Order: sequence, then structure tokens, then C-alpha cells
Amino acid sequence: MAVFSRPRQALMLASVLGLAMSATACGGSDDSKNNSGSGDCAAYEQYQGNDGKTVSIYASIRDAEADLLQQSWEEFSDCTGIEIEYEGSGEFEAQLQVRVDGGNAPDIAFVPQPGLLARFAESGKLKPASAETKTMAEKNYPADWLKYSTVKGTFYGAPLGSNVKSFVWYSPKMFAEKGWKVPTTWAELMTLSDQIAAAGTKPWCAGIESGDATGWPATDWIEDLMLRTQTPEVYDQWTTHGIPFNDPRVAAAVDQAGQILKNPKYVNGGFGDVKTIASTSFQEAGTPIVQGKCALHRQASFYANQWPQGTKVAEDGDVFAFYFPAIDPAKGKPVLGGGEFTVAFADRPEVQAVQTYLASSEYANSRAKLGNWVSANKGLDINNVKNPIDKLSVQILQDQQTTFRFDGSDLMPAAVGAGTFWKGMVDWINGKDTASTLTYIENSWK
Amino acid sequence: MNFDVAAEADKLTMLGYGLLAFVVVVGGLLLLLDIVPSWFARQREQRLAMAVAGVDPAAPPPARRKPREWLFGLFFLLPAVLLLLVGLVVPAIRTVLLSLMDGRSESWVGLDNYSWMFSQDEILSVLTNTLVWVLLVPLLATSVGLIYAVLVDRARLESLAKALVFMPTAISFVGAGIIWKFVYAYRGPEQEQIGLLNQLVVGFGGEPQQWLQNPPLNTLFLIVVMVWIQAGFAMVVLSAAIKAIPADVVEAARLDGVNSWQMFWRITMPSIRPALIVVVVTISIATLKLFDIVRTMTNGNYDTNVIATEMYNQAFRYGQTGQGSALAVFLFVLVIPIVIYQIRNLRKQREA
Amino acid sequence: MTTTPTRPAPATAAAPPGGAAARVRKRLNTRTATVVSIIIAVLWTIPTFGLFISSFRPENDIKSTGWWTFFTDPQVTLENYQEVLFGRTASSGQLASYFINSLVITLPSVLFPLAFAALAAYALAWINFRGRDWIYICVFALQIVPLQMALVPLLSFFSEGVTVGGVTLLPAWGLTGEERFIQVWFAHTCFALPLGIFLLHNFVSQLPRDLMEAARVDGATHPKIFRTIVLPLITPALAAFGIFQFLWVWNDLLVALIFAGGGKQTAPLTVRLAELAGTRGNEWQRLTSGAFVSIVIPLIVFLSLQRYFVRGLLSGSVKG
Repeated sequence: MAVFSRPRQALMLASVLGLAMSATACGGSDDSKNNSGSGDCAAYEQYQGNDGKTVSIYASIRDAEADLLQQSWEEFSDCTGIEIEYEGSGEFEAQLQVRVDGGNAPDIAFVPQPGLLARFAESGKLKPASAETKTMAEKNYPADWLKYSTVKGTFYGAPLGSNVKSFVWYSPKMFAEKGWKVPTTWAELMTLSDQIAAAGTKPWCAGIESGDATGWPATDWIEDLMLRTQTPEVYDQWTTHGIPFNDPRVAAAVDQAGQILKNPKYVNGGFGDVKTIASTSFQEAGTPIVQGKCALHRQASFYANQWPQGTKVAEDGDVFAFYFPAIDPAKGKPVLGGGEFTVAFADRPEVQAVQTYLASSEYANSRAKLGNWVSANKGLDINNVKNPIDKLSVQILQDQQTTFRFDGSDLMPAAVGAGTFWKGMVDWINGKDTASTLTYIENSWK
Repeated sequence: MNFDVAAEADKLTMLGYGLLAFVVVVGGLLLLLDIVPSWFARQREQRLAMAVAGVDPAAPPPARRKPREWLFGLFFLLPAVLLLLVGLVVPAIRTVLLSLMDGRSESWVGLDNYSWMFSQDEILSVLTNTLVWVLLVPLLATSVGLIYAVLVDRARLESLAKALVFMPTAISFVGAGIIWKFVYAYRGPEQEQIGLLNQLVVGFGGEPQQWLQNPPLNTLFLIVVMVWIQAGFAMVVLSAAIKAIPADVVEAARLDGVNSWQMFWRITMPSIRPALIVVVVTISIATLKLFDIVRTMTNGNYDTNVIATEMYNQAFRYGQTGQGSALAVFLFVLVIPIVIYQIRNLRKQREA
Repeated sequence: MTTTPTRPAPATAAAPPGGAAARVRKRLNTRTATVVSIIIAVLWTIPTFGLFISSFRPENDIKSTGWWTFFTDPQVTLENYQEVLFGRTASSGQLASYFINSLVITLPSVLFPLAFAALAAYALAWINFRGRDWIYICVFALQIVPLQMALVPLLSFFSEGVTVGGVTLLPAWGLTGEERFIQVWFAHTCFALPLGIFLLHNFVSQLPRDLMEAARVDGATHPKIFRTIVLPLITPALAAFGIFQFLWVWNDLLVALIFAGGGKQTAPLTVRLAELAGTRGNEWQRLTSGAFVSIVIPLIVFLSLQRYFVRGLLSGSVKG
């Protein structure tokens, strides 16, 4: 194996490669630098000194969202002279592993799974964050978030974008017409569901089909209900395997989710019976709301992008979301969410400069201004956040009452969190009972 | 929206280099093999001439022949063998080694990954599924391809007819995935169907079905997709083989008064047998390695998993390189029967 | 297209009828034959046809009603094609750029394996040396090595070179920018060889022995036989392998993602098309038109290479 297992050397070579790339690939952009209003560049003082260097970034964000991402650091690039080569891939997780193992790692990656991050960190592929990055991150992000990118006491990088998953989408118009009220407790939610069902529509629509990631939306349901039926501490034990996956408390949460997801009176509005949840793609799962065939759809903030063109997403629009209510609101406001972390496979000064910049509140505001983005960054000015659902998300994230927890399946080892947990939920929807589903998942967790 | 001509020119230059390299490498190799031996031949002739003219006759020339033949073989094979070593042999060996190591490829675990493999409840269903795939796909794809090739041979618009069946072969797996999504889509009985198959079922008064969710039939519905893709390959190769059957053979048979059924079995089938074997073997191996269709359509849920999909998930998504590699090694084992069949074929051919 | 562009060479020899299949077809009930072939053609075409119709339908319609409703309620839009061809986003740029990348990747990735596989197939079939059957069997067996397992070692071959026991045998290649095309060509060539050698060997080995021996007796060297006798005779086989290798490379996503990267400098069409689905798969309706854009070139190649198939692919097979 001598030939293939030399990570250190691999990294060195990869960075040499990266440097060489910059020399050939980005000629011609030199003249545009430094002369584009030197006044604006004052904010980038601390990142200077890396003119002409290139940093490669690899992530799962692509197409329109990738454009916004690249716009967001344009000014930084112009002022510091650091060229950022961005690449997005739909097969990010698998490709990243191949590239890292093949000695061709990117300088920086935006990793959305703390579990994956920990794996790269433990095998020594990741570089610990520099002192500047750490200070910047600690200044701008809540401690809750930073612990997800800290492995065995070493801090690897700041969070970047975030999303809030504890949302239920609904149609304000439909609610107004029928005289329904947005529920604020679990009991109210169930009463409302019964009320809608009695009126002849199936209240809930759901869909967990997502190609090779089929099952993930169901795991979000379970996580949300774990947070609601149990304390955050139990949730943490669950995601770190402190309690077995088939613990009665987990089973209780799953059954609570089953009250909605497996209730033939409640689902699956616009699609058919319970089993259609498994075959309905998550992208189209909420669309029956627009057609009035379904009233409620639990999905993350980013579902805002899935509505058919021309749908107005706002509190007074065609669709909007309310906070997925807690069972006992007095015990606080549990919020499930996700996000990505900026980690580095190289420790060249320009890489660290980019990493630090991405952790800053200047960056968060710069990106937020372009729209369609949420971050847990404390320095994010809510006035820079444009669309209503993002605004609501930021409000929830910054709310003092909020107890934030990261998406549990992203914290678990991939074999469980992206494997048997997903698969188990698909089987569960397809008719398997709770106990044997959970035992199946538990057995896969080594 | 600007089209960067300079950047495109760089790419085309690169293509130019690539084509130049092709000419130099392949042409150079042939030229070299032509020139060098003829130079030796001239030397030998000279020596022969000297020998005839002068002292010691007979000895050296015949001895020359053998190593030369061997050398030619070496140079003809050299590019392919080198590339195969780097691109496939080393990875194969590496995979075998990794299958004996843990998930992070850090320590040796002996045969643990193999015992894991056989202790999984699902492995039985994975194995049965793979078996069903590898039995049905080559059989069905080849049959359809063969029947179609025979039927459209010399028909009007043959070229168009062949292009129609060839089309699925030319579509990428991404495209095929979307196409069949539109065929198998399901909506509840009270909804309007958007899947063609369910629309037909409803049209005939039936209940719409969740085709991909109910084992064991769902595997068959996935197999249909693969057959749909591979039949074009079979059709092209077999059609060409049919066209190559010499006219006199057919004519002789016709004069003997055989009927069409006999003609098919006595003339066509034996004549295209080698092509048939190529098609079946190629499709079998492609089916063993198949993972795209299952991955995009069900990701192995509802008991539709096959070995290659599970291998990919384990090695690249779950971070269990060892277990993934063990599954890959298991694929190597499954191909052994086909290899043995090939060895027997080769023997027969050599004897003939 | 005329009705008989496909008359094979042997047919000109005898008077009226041609190959066996023609006879079969004539003797079979012609009507049954026609019906069966039309059924197959329709079954094979309808799914694609549905996609074709869908590619002209607005997003909402695609997701809420079946494509056949198009005939009762035609709603046509070119938006899907417009987005695919001209791009909506700055980072994607124009499709033309990816198109060129695909071409640059595909041509050498077809030519190299063709040549190397033909050379190897000839050597394994007609040059006498010890162990050639075993080499052939090994090459054949290599077909089973899953591509996915070969990616990491091949990538490290490029990015780290070859080091055995601390001794650098081959330094890192350090390929950048357009040079990364070399990696892609290399990878595709490696992965194509087992199937290529298997297909071509099958063909080359069935050329008539007398022909080869006559040439040898005449004093022709192996390179000469290869060039003047073998190559012309196996043209149809080369065309067949060529087109399937072309399809494979043209439609490949995995190799391109790893070895070419995802930028518009080197990434092929497939990478771009996969990207069109959007970060959360929210725009997959664009793939309907994307699939048709990418299928055009393979179809042209197939139609233009058809005459090579017809002239008697595997004609040597008669010797069996």
C-alpha cells in the first residue's frame, strides 16, 4: 500500500498543483485588481499580501446558487488579488472522498455533514483552522454551531450558510378562506389536522423520494420530533450513540411522527395513500398546497425554491411557513437545522485568509444581500436579508429562546446517517413497524 | 454570455496535440516495427551472403526467427498492457488489499469484511437480485435485439427502424432515469395519473400500482429499463452479423428447400453464433457491474439492491472502503464462470 | 435516405436474394413480421417520445399531468431548451463551450483505445508467443473491475506519481487547465481496453488462416500484415467498437467529474447537464431538453457509421 497512502505528500503535491494551476489558468485578471476603488478595499486590510495566489473551493452548491456564491466574494478577490476557483458538484460527498484519497484535494470544501467532517479530520486530511479563523468564528457564530466543526478539541472551520428545518409550509390564502389559524402548539396542530381532514381534504402532504438520497426528509421528521418529545441532551446522546437507536424514547418520537405520516386520514394529500410518501419526490411533495389538495407540508426553509414559478412566498402570499410547533412551548423553542462548514485541506496563507474571510460578518452580509441565503452569523444584519422566509429563518436562529440542534443524520456516521437511517425510514413508510425498523438501524451502527 | 474564442482555441490546440500524439505513437510504433526488423533482415542477408561466399555456411539464420516473433508480440501489446496495468490491474490488486482492511484503510482486519458481507440479512436479497439481473437482462436484450435485427433486415426504412431501437442505447443513464420516471410515476386512484403505465392500467379499468415499491416485481421493472437500453447494442451487432452471412450459403440452403424456421436455426443461428456469444458475454458483464439504474431509480430500497450499488454506497458514501472493496472482490468471483467459459471457447478455437 | 442504402457487398454476388435473414423474412408470414417489428419499435420509442413531448411542456404541466394530455391540450414552450442552450446563470456560460469540451474529450478517447486494442487483438490472435492465451484471458477478466474502484488509484497516479518504497519512479504529472484533458483521455483509454480487445480479438482471430499464412510466406512482416490485410478487413468491427466507445465517453459523467473537473474549461456536456438539475434537484424538468441536446451527436454518428456495419461486421464469423 506504500504507493497510495501518503496523505501528507499528497497534500503537498495537491497544493503545488493548485499553485501551478493558478499560474496558467488565471492570467489576464491582474490589471482589474487594486484599482477598483481603493476606498472599498480598506475592509480587506487583514487579508492582504496574497496577491496573485489561487484558492480552489469545492462544494455541493451549483447552478444559480453557485453564481450568487461567486458574486459574494468578488470584491474580496478584487481587493486581495486572491483568485477563487469555485467548483460545485451534485455528487459532492462521494467525489470529495475520491479526490482526497487520490491526492487531488481542493484547498477548501464546504462540508454540510459534521459526520463527514469528523471523518476527514480524524484521518488527518483536514488542516486545523488558523488562530485568526478561530477568533473570527468565535466572534461571529454561536458556540452551539462551532462544536460541530470541532473534532477532539481541534477546531477545523467556521459555519457558512444555514437553513432552518423546523418549518411547516401552508397557504395563507387557503387558511384565511377557510378560517384556519396557524397553530402554535402540537395539540393545536393536531386539532387543525382533524378539522381539515373532517372537511374532506387530506391535511398533510409529504414526499421522501430523492434519488440516491431517498429517505432524508423522513429523518428530518424524526429529528424534529426527538427534539420535541425529548430534551436536547437526549437528542445529543441519540446522535452520538450515547443511547441505542432502538431506545424506547426514540421509538416514542418515531411513533409520534407516525401519528401524522402513517395516518391514512392525514396523508398523502394530492398523491394517494401513505405509501406514496416513499415514491413522491421531495421536490414536488408540497406542490399540492398550491392546488388546494393539501394544506400542510413540513419541510426546511430551502423548500422556498421548489414552488412552481410565479408562486409568491410571503406571509400574505400564496405560500408561507410557520414554525413547527413544540409540544410544550413553555420548555423553549427547539429548532432543527443544517448548514455547511468551511474546512481546508491546505494551510497556505491565502487559503487561511479565505477561510477567515468566509467566517466574517462582512462576508455573511455580502452574501445575504444577494438573496436566497441564511446564516447563523451573529453579525448578519437582518435588513440585508431579502425574502420573507429567509428573514423568518434568521429571526428564529437569532432568537434567544431557540435551542438549536443540527440535523442528526448529518452528525451520525455516514453508514447510518446517510445509509440505514434513510433506508430504514423508507421501509417504515412502506409498512415496516417501528420496533424492527429501529433495531435494523441500531444493528448497523458499529 | 460572451463566448471566449481564445479559451476555445486553447482547447482545440490541446485536441490537436492529442491527435498528433495519436499519429506519432501509433504510426511511430508501426513504422519502428517495420524498419527495425527489415534492418536486421538486411544485416542477416549480408551475413548470409558472406557466409555463402566465404567460410561457415548454414548455422545462424534459422535461430533468428523465434525471438523476433516474441518481440513483435511484445511491441504490439506494449501500449495496451502498460495502460491496463496502471488503469486496471493495480486498482484490482489494491481493491483486494483494501478488502482486507478496515473502513478507513488504516489497519488489517483479515476476512472481517467478508464475514460482514455474509452476515447481512440483505445480502441474500442482493445476491438473488444480481442473479435475476444477470440471467434475465442478457437473455431478454439479446432476444429482442436478435428478433428485431432479423425482422427489419432489408425492410423498407431499415436505417430508420434501427435508429429507433438504437436510440435508448445512445441516451445517458441520467436521461434514461428521467424517461422511466415518467413511465412508472404513480398517483393515487383519485388523482390524474402522470405515469404512462398507470394511465394505461387506469384506462383499462384497473387500480394504479406503485411499480417500484412492491417486491419482487419491482426488480423486473428495473430490469426492463436495462433491457431497453441494451437491446440496441445487441441489435446493432447481430444485424451486422446477419448481413455478413455469405449469399451462396443461403442460396444453397434455399435450393435444398428448407423452410424459414429451419433456415433460421440451421443457417442464421450457427453463422452468427460468435457474434451472439460476444453480445451475451458483454451484456452479462455490463449487467454485473450495473449500478446507475438502481441507484437513480430506487437506490436499492424495496429489496431491489444489487452488488455494485451497495459497493458504491459502502465505499464512497458510508466511508466503509473495506466493505465496499469486499463487495467488489465478490464481483470478481461472480465473473469466474464467464471466464471459464471463455477459456473453453479459446481452447476449441485453437484446436479447430 | 433511400430505401436500400444498406445493400451488403455479398448480395451483389448471387443474383436475386441476399442474406439468410431476408429469406427467413420472406418465408415467414410477412405481415406477422411487420407487425412484430412495429410493436418492438413502438415499445422502444414511446418512452423517449414521451420525454420528447415533455421537453416542450411548461414545468407545471410536466409535474402535474401526463405528457399525452399534450395532444388534447397543447401547451408549447421553448423555455426548457432556451435554459439548456443559452444558460440562465453566469457561471454556466454557454453550452457551446461544454460542447467543445465533449468533442475534445471524445475524439482521442475513441481513437487511442481503437488503435491499441486493435494492435493487442492482432498480437493475441496471430503472433505466436508463449502465454498469449493467458494474457488474453486476463485482459478479458479485467472487464469486471468496477470503474469506481479504479478512480482513486488512477487519480493518485496523476496527482502523486508512482513511488515505491520511498523511491520516486514517476513524478506527479502536475497537469493543469486544458492539460487535464490528457488525464481524461488516459483514463478512458485504460477503461475501454478490456472490452475493446475482447471484441476485436473475437473478430481478428476469425480471419481466414490461409490468408495470414499466405502473407507470411510472401515475407510480409507483422506490421505490414496488420496494416494492409487486417485493418481493412476489420473496419466494420472498428466502426462498431468505435461507436460504442463514443457513446460511452460521450455519456460518461463519473470519469469526467474526477479527471476533468467541473469547470467550463474542461468539463463535458454531461457534467453541465447534471448541474442543470440545480442544487436541490429543483429544476430537473430542464433535463428533459438536456437529454435531447446530448443525444443529437450520438445519433448522427450512428446514422453516418451505419454503412460500415452493413458491409459485414463479423464477416469472418462464417469460419467459426
